[in-house]
Amino acid sequence: MTTAEMLELDRLREEVAQWRAKFDTAKKRNTLFANSGDVVEPLYTALDIAGDAAAIEVPGEFPFTRGIHPTGYRGKLWTMRQFAGFGTAPETNARYKYLLSHGQTGLSVAFDFPTLMGYDSDHPRSEGEVGKCGVAISSLADMETLFEGIPLDKVSVSMTINGPAVILFAFYVAAAEKQGVAAAELRGTIQNDILKEYMAQHAWVYPIEPALRLIVDNFAWSAEHVPMWNTISISGYHIREAGSTAAQELAFTLADGFTYVERGIARGMDVDDFAPRLSFFWDIHNDFFEEIAKLRAARRIWARHLKERFGAKDPRSLIMRFHSQTAGVTLTAQQPMNNVVRVAYQAMAAVLGGTQSLHTNSMDETLALPTEQAVQVALRTQQVLAYETGVPNVADPLGGSYYVEALTDKLDNEAEALFTKIEEVGGVVRGLETGWLQRQISESSSRQQWEVEQRRRTIVGVNEFVTEEGELTIPLLKVSAEAEREQRARMAAMRASRDDAVVQARLTALRDAAKTDANLMPFILDCARAYCTLYEIRAAMEEVFGAYREPVFF
Amino acid sequence: MRPIRVLVAKPGLDGHDRGAKVVAAALRDAGMEVIYTGLHQTPEMIATAAIQEDVDVVGLSILSGAHMTLIPRVLDLLRDDGREDILVTGGGIIPREDMDALEARGTGRFFGPGTPTGELVEYIHNWFEAREAQTA
Repeated sequence: MTTAEMLELDRLREEVAQWRAKFDTAKKRNTLFANSGDVVEPLYTALDIAGDAAAIEVPGEFPFTRGIHPTGYRGKLWTMRQFAGFGTAPETNARYKYLLSHGQTGLSVAFDFPTLMGYDSDHPRSEGEVGKCGVAISSLADMETLFEGIPLDKVSVSMTINGPAVILFAFYVAAAEKQGVAAAELRGTIQNDILKEYMAQHAWVYPIEPALRLIVDNFAWSAEHVPMWNTISISGYHIREAGSTAAQELAFTLADGFTYVERGIARGMDVDDFAPRLSFFWDIHNDFFEEIAKLRAARRIWARHLKERFGAKDPRSLIMRFHSQTAGVTLTAQQPMNNVVRVAYQAMAAVLGGTQSLHTNSMDETLALPTEQAVQVALRTQQVLAYETGVPNVADPLGGSYYVEALTDKLDNEAEALFTKIEEVGGVVRGLETGWLQRQISESSSRQQWEVEQRRRTIVGVNEFVTEEGELTIPLLKVSAEAEREQRARMAAMRASRDDAVVQARLTALRDAAKTDANLMPFILDCARAYCTLYEIRAAMEEVFGAYREPVFF
Repeated sequence: MRPIRVLVAKPGLDGHDRGAKVVAAALRDAGMEVIYTGLHQTPEMIATAAIQEDVDVVGLSILSGAHMTLIPRVLDLLRDDGREDILVTGGGIIPREDMDALEARGTGRFFGPGTPTGELVEYIHNWFEAREAQTA
């Protein structure tokens, strides 16, 4: 710093002191509460970012605080990717065609709860749940129907599936084969992030260690056969929705990411062989600037750790690519039209934070799955942002903002402090086994509920500005019980038409392989091709791996 | 008066336990004895636990859309065991008309997102006092 610059800062220091005296004596609103429970300063100046490295950064260069592309959004807009699925495969196939015809640029599959847990639609535990919260997919036959008429070499597809992720991925690869599309041409993402399932979302199947083995099997197999596929979407979304703060979401998610990298390296892979295909998924909550800072800090921390701690050399290993979704937990059942406004602000934060793809929630999602009209408003929200507001014209437009840079540094530091704590409790896996991580999230969730009930945290239409007439009625989507009956009939027909001897042989081969160190992906894929069902494949491995038992507490 | 015993349960396959845990803690803080089942329970597991633990109230949390299948089944299993005296209440993502249909079938009230926990505490207290007054 030159003498002239130091004198300038001294002058600023004096001015800030004078401003502070005025501020302290002035009459102020009661603003005790900031979103993550942290106090933010009423003013940020050059003093808060003096010597900050990000000030001399450009986008597309390490450590990527300002974004991963030199072109920002001038090269390519974010992918508008609405998460969708309900009822049976034919119904959801029709919804996908509708979304694509309205300008959506990628697909994102929502599976129903039986599928998420690895149960077939005709399993007794699936009763009443088939097609309710997503689409029911129990075998390759359903996957073929889901993408009928949708060319899988042209459309990128994201699939939210974790416990039985490798099985659904095998159905997808096999469905592409049936379309004549080679695995190497497939683009998309499988969520496949089991650590956050134990932590927050809870759609698990196997105990932690065999579940991690399946994930690393998938990293290794996909690096060779599906090179454009994102093998995992390391997700903060569910951690935040379960009640964490922004700093916890950032730290726990990145710690999960580091754990996967360690497991890949421990398998003997070079970090640069699989790290370029790791992707992330963030929740975009209400505190506008904190969310933008979180995304900036996330990119910087990931790049730093991959380079300095894991020795990654390929620049593609260092860049964090991520999907974002507006925060479902911020939507209110009261005055649901207000949700359109919340989603619009959150979407803007995601874009100012440099997201690669975005799902905007629909106004009616605290009441049911969204109607077509509600989804269309949510998609239009992104299109207005992309084409009317001018926001995507400049890369990282808030870079250099005293507040945003200071907040980015603060979240970076808080995440590092939490990494140290996680190490102290024995790492992520140990922290899950003892319930330490789950408790951190639970405590944050309880504190937020208390703040709402004490009216320290304002929720418009819920604890302030409440209308007497209560709920405004909007039309809701109904998933009929017919879907479950139809799906069971489809299952029965599929079971009757397959070659049972081949089915049994493939399942036996998988079960035997599970007892060895073999990569299980080729065995699972062979089961998928023979129309083994989701539950049959799940059960074959469960015989060897056992089932997960959660630590129960509240 | 003795403490009210409550079983907080998560029927079905959905893993969203934030609400159930917040409610369980709030009822405990209000002086009730609370047992939490953990996730992924069948109606049979819930009814058995309710009877074995001799609870006054079963609080079901369900966000998966399977409420019209799973909640009546819990109610029926309790009735089959002659335990009409147990209040079956709860909350989640349940449209208003479904809540009304459940009440018509004999459950207590169901509560939607944004309900202050104080409202649940008051509801359970009032129900319990009314039941005790009847049986006294």
